Amino acid sequence: MTVTPPQGTPPVRDTVIELERVTKVYRTGTISVAALRGVSLSIDQGEYVAIIGPSGSGKSTLMHILGCLDVPSSGQYHLAGEDVSHMSETALAEVRNRRIGFVFQQFNLLPSMTAWQNVELPMVYAGVPRSSRKERAMEALSRVGLAGRVDHRPGELSGGQQQRVAVARALVTEPALILADEPTGNLDSKSAADVLRLMGELHDAGRTLVLITHDVEVAAAAGRVVGIRDGLLTDNDQRYLESVR
Amino acid sequence: MNWLETLRTGVNGVRSHRLRSFLTVLGILIGIAGVIIAVGLGEGASGQVTSEINALGSNVLTITPGSTTSTSGIREALGSASTLTMSDVAALASPVDAPDIKAVAGITSSSEVLTAGSETATTTVQGTTPSWLTVRGRTVAQGRFLDNQDVQDHAASVVLGETTASELFSRGDPVGQTVDVNGVPLTVVGVLTSTGSSTSSSSTTDPDDTAIIPITTGAERIFGGTSRNSVSSIAVQARSSADLSGAYQEADHLLLQLHGITDTANADFTITSQASLIAANTSVDHTLTILLGGIAAISLIVGGIGVMNIMLVSVTERIREIGLRKALGATPRVIRRQFLVEASVLGLVGGLLGVLAGLVGVLWLPGLIGDPISTSPTAAVGALVIALAIGVLFGVYPASRAATLAPIDALRSE
Repeated sequence: MTVTPPQGTPPVRDTVIELERVTKVYRTGTISVAALRGVSLSIDQGEYVAIIGPSGSGKSTLMHILGCLDVPSSGQYHLAGEDVSHMSETALAEVRNRRIGFVFQQFNLLPSMTAWQNVELPMVYAGVPRSSRKERAMEALSRVGLAGRVDHRPGELSGGQQQRVAVARALVTEPALILADEPTGNLDSKSAADVLRLMGELHDAGRTLVLITHDVEVAAAAGRVVGIRDGLLTDNDQRYLESVR
Repeated sequence: MNWLETLRTGVNGVRSHRLRSFLTVLGILIGIAGVIIAVGLGEGASGQVTSEINALGSNVLTITPGSTTSTSGIREALGSASTLTMSDVAALASPVDAPDIKAVAGITSSSEVLTAGSETATTTVQGTTPSWLTVRGRTVAQGRFLDNQDVQDHAASVVLGETTASELFSRGDPVGQTVDVNGVPLTVVGVLTSTGSSTSSSSTTDPDDTAIIPITTGAERIFGGTSRNSVSSIAVQARSSADLSGAYQEADHLLLQLHGITDTANADFTITSQASLIAANTSVDHTLTILLGGIAAISLIVGGIGVMNIMLVSVTERIREIGLRKALGATPRVIRRQFLVEASVLGLVGGLLGVLAGLVGVLWLPGLIGDPISTSPTAAVGALVIALAIGVLFGVYPASRAATLAPIDALRSE
């Protein structure tokens, strides 16, 4: 089942995400739990998609597979044209490094490093030369409005600022996909609005964003909403959105 | 990610947990310092003994009275252990009967109190002949050594060792002064050159803490005793080290003949060479070194287990960090290297500080325990290598645990 893109998008666009009948089954001893039961989804470049579902719906599992943190039990996943369904852990690490920028609910900044050192981290693993790393980290931080805080450690920044550092870290490698997992879950409403506005700006600048949330208001910020329930995508996302409203 | 980046990340990891890293390093530090001090102590002890034995002179055999438990009971009628006499010395000195022997010195010795004015010193007084100087390979710093005239005349002459001379005559020239031994006034005719090996604190083994008198003077006026003709040991010098075994056989043969002994098992004397003395002492020191080194090695292993323990704790505690690094593109290999480097840095820093602490101990301990400890660069370098190896060895398991963590499990942990 392919969810058709909303009307009004240009007809010729590169597909960033192409999921085909993806399943994920977790086995604990003799019990198997199907977290995803055949998910097909296509996301084009430049789209801003929210995946919304209650807890236990399989949205975390979907996020892990989209983020190449886990591989599907069956089905196909093409990320930026590359089949990543059966890759080794090492190959997946490289795909994550090159293609995906993560924003987590818990920010996940390293407390012993300054803001710019945190932003630099993915470039360290990518083998970017030291000289250009700092420059690019500074650029990314000024883009999220933290040019004056580059030498602060996470502990010296507010929650909203920490999440903006995380966004800077996600976009610094120019990834094909920015994957945000409940990015506003740990923020007060004002900081949450700031982060959502920032994501909107990234979308306007042509980035592909996937936002995973259980919050309808957060999902409303996206251009397209995909619902997930019991391991299946709901066939009409707009109707789903209205139904939960 | 290259090694330099990995190293930087690893060092950062160690530095961001200062107290924990310090305590881990402490375990390695103690082990390495222990190894260095133990090896130094062992080497110092054997070096000291070897130099003392070498100070006895080169190519020297020492003949001492052996057991007198001869079953015949007749020959030993006097019941004296003084089975060696001046006639034995004279026989051994014969170039015809003992061509491999270069010089012989009979020695009687006793610990006596020397008095010079208000100063006193207890030292080993040795009665001997002029050949002693050659046999022992010593030289005279001031004045002269005993000569044959002194021996013939039972002269009241004495030659002092350097240590004894400075104890009795802290100021001024000892030569010409008078020293009282057992109420007998002796004139100091010379002072021996220091052997330079007097590192020992015990006077019995210090070759510079001695007083040499003519053997005749000793027998008649100082030591007294049962037989005025007997000696407590005979020092025999071979012509060269190649002649040492020849000299040994000649001395053995001559003495058995002179003492009328046919069965070598009943020999009433023992001949020892420096080599056998060194071998005996070395084996004792060797055992000591192994014992101390073993204890130090155990503490090193305990230190290594400490590294492993801390690294395992570190992996568990930093599970989110590992997850994040993996999400950002760190491959299992990079994560493994990071933790291996952290463990190696702990080992290496522990090793460096341990070598430093060991060297401080080596400098400071001899003053405290009175035994020399030698500093061995080999031991220091070896200890460093061992410390690094321990870091790597005990870091492998925690590092591969970190490397094989699934990124989602690592990220999920709260």
